[in-house]
Amino acid sequence: MTSTTFLLGQLFNGLSYCSILLLIALGLAITFGLMGVINMAHGELMMLGSYAAYVLQNYFAKQLAAQYFGWYFVLALPLAFVVSGLAGLLLERSLIRRLYGRPLETLLATWGVSLILQQLMRQIFGANNVDVRSPGWLMGRWHVAAGLELPHLRLFIIAFTSTCLFLMYALLFRTALGLRIRAVTQNRDMSACLGVPTRKVDAYTFALGSGLAGFAGCILSLMGSVGPNSGQNYIVDAFMVVVLGGVGKLAGAIAGSFVIGQTNVLFESFSTATMGKVMVFTLVILFLQWKPSGVFPSKVRSLD
Amino acid sequence: MATKRNNGPAPSRRDFLKTTAAMMGVGAAAGTFGGISCGPRGSAPIKVGIMHSLSGTMAISETSLRDVELMAIEEINAKGGVLGRQIQPIVEDPASDWPTFAEKSKKLLLRDEVCSVFGCWTSASRKAVLPVFEKNNGLLWYPVQYEGNECSHNVFYTGAAPNQQIGPAVTWLLKNRGKKFYLLGSDYVFPRTANGIIKGQLKAEGGELVGEEYTPLGHMEYSTVVNKIKSAKPEVVFSTINGDSNVAFYKQLRAAGITANDIPVMAVSVAEDEVRGIGGAVAEGHYAAWNYFQSVDTPENKVFVDKFRTKYGKDRVTDDPIEAAYFQVHLWAQAVAKAGSTEVDKIREAALGQEFKAPEGMVRLDPKNLHTWKTVRIGKIRADGQFDVVWATDGPVRPEPWDKIQFPKRDCDWTRGGTVENT
Repeated sequence: MTSTTFLLGQLFNGLSYCSILLLIALGLAITFGLMGVINMAHGELMMLGSYAAYVLQNYFAKQLAAQYFGWYFVLALPLAFVVSGLAGLLLERSLIRRLYGRPLETLLATWGVSLILQQLMRQIFGANNVDVRSPGWLMGRWHVAAGLELPHLRLFIIAFTSTCLFLMYALLFRTALGLRIRAVTQNRDMSACLGVPTRKVDAYTFALGSGLAGFAGCILSLMGSVGPNSGQNYIVDAFMVVVLGGVGKLAGAIAGSFVIGQTNVLFESFSTATMGKVMVFTLVILFLQWKPSGVFPSKVRSLD
Repeated sequence: MATKRNNGPAPSRRDFLKTTAAMMGVGAAAGTFGGISCGPRGSAPIKVGIMHSLSGTMAISETSLRDVELMAIEEINAKGGVLGRQIQPIVEDPASDWPTFAEKSKKLLLRDEVCSVFGCWTSASRKAVLPVFEKNNGLLWYPVQYEGNECSHNVFYTGAAPNQQIGPAVTWLLKNRGKKFYLLGSDYVFPRTANGIIKGQLKAEGGELVGEEYTPLGHMEYSTVVNKIKSAKPEVVFSTINGDSNVAFYKQLRAAGITANDIPVMAVSVAEDEVRGIGGAVAEGHYAAWNYFQSVDTPENKVFVDKFRTKYGKDRVTDDPIEAAYFQVHLWAQAVAKAGSTEVDKIREAALGQEFKAPEGMVRLDPKNLHTWKTVRIGKIRADGQFDVVWATDGPVRPEPWDKIQFPKRDCDWTRGGTVENT
């Protein structure tokens, strides 16, 4: 393999990593970015999505003929969205709605929730990792040139993340619910005065963010481990993307994931994985010194 | 607790003083009479500690060790216990947190006065508790393969030393799969020490190093590493990746189209339990080096596997550390029976040279270095997640705690006072 194909491969890997980071961060960009909830249980909501895929896979393997097995993943995605979304709804209704505007308490409470969810999964499915198999149609590769093959799985993730992003934009900027969500997150009191049911909008928004976490968990079960702790592997990256991009803007999450993904893969190409991470963290710290509110800061007239 | 007092059962200051005095008394006794002695004498149960993480990141591996140790204790109790006394396990959860391991050891040794603790998994946790066991003359039974270069009078090492796992695996690969090695590991003490050993061995036995890479623990994005492996064109990858990252590495290697036929991966931290999380279809054809596999064909192993699965569920698997955790409890019981006493110094003395027909075959505690003679095996992963044993030594191999290439003259010999330099 020549160094050109290595570099092209790395460019693709960078793009692929960006899409994974964006998928992880998209839900958090809603719950943390728009609503301001420091949601430490985001990783565990992802984990619920992964386990949803696992349960459905087992159902398909046991109950249906082998030729249908490849389809389980198509159904696993909406199932994961619903499971994590419902868990998020429950979490918002029972706990988070009592804690709006108190970020420190929210942080502790959601951290507690994350521990509870981890232990719950450990009780139900055991402490060991479980095996989620890729369906056959995601196992192939697209042969571009000699030495340059793009795995279908990574191409699928890029396509899926783009679709999610597109739908999120459509929802936020083209529907009545989106208008209400933006209104409530920008000025809660004024929206309430104008008759927007803010409590209901809060609950829907949080459930939506959680559902997106479910999507991410479901997809990543094909790339990484599925176990009670697997949510912890992604939580730092998710927050880093949202904070770097700028809290409160969807475009921020895109920029954040793009910058972190590409620089991480770039640094890793000519140093090591550990040094790559160190350099990315250094870069993020330096950047936030220069621009504390991220790439796309929210413009607010009032002082928070 | 110190600032707020109520009428509840909180310990009073007097209780606290009593406990402290008792602890100091135990410490003094340890110095005078040769060790802690498993609770009161007579017919009271013999207390032992079980200290594995049941929560946190290591629970994934360590929970099974607790299970199997409890099973072994049950077996011994069913046969009437040891010295006519039942064995009472005291289970502690150090929660994957290294300082907590040290705290729980102190509690087990000083407050519960256990004469042996079965515990730990990671080298980091072992290093954290080592001073506690050495200071209080306790006994730790440690069932996991490790990087070697340690020689303690207070630890029985029942997992493999490097010469019982890594060394033979490298030699076998050089003979059967190729000379060009790519070393890949998690970034902490075990992989770095292990790779130091491997590099020395490659030089000595005519292998070639084409790449070396470390990823942080919990690393999940292996696309760049896979791409680097593709460009370096090794004939084998030697993996010392630990924990969840293994799943990500094997899945992403497979997704990139590299199968075991193209570049086989030899792992020393992937056993049946880990393969279950990776998926047999993904890991099929890759190798692992251990002393025990669930598929090992001995009568003892058949009984052992049946018993474990009847007790804990049909979907459970046994693996190398689980098996070592199991037989070390039996070795301990034999030692106590032979010593006729529950004092640490006497147990240690009686344990040296003790043999047991374990599921992996005969195992023996080395009379000098407190490590274990074990059979070395190389297994090839099958689609069902089990291993085919493709190579094994004829019998148990003598453990060498100190790496012979880095420290050619150093030896661990407690008949001569511990670590010695031969001339």
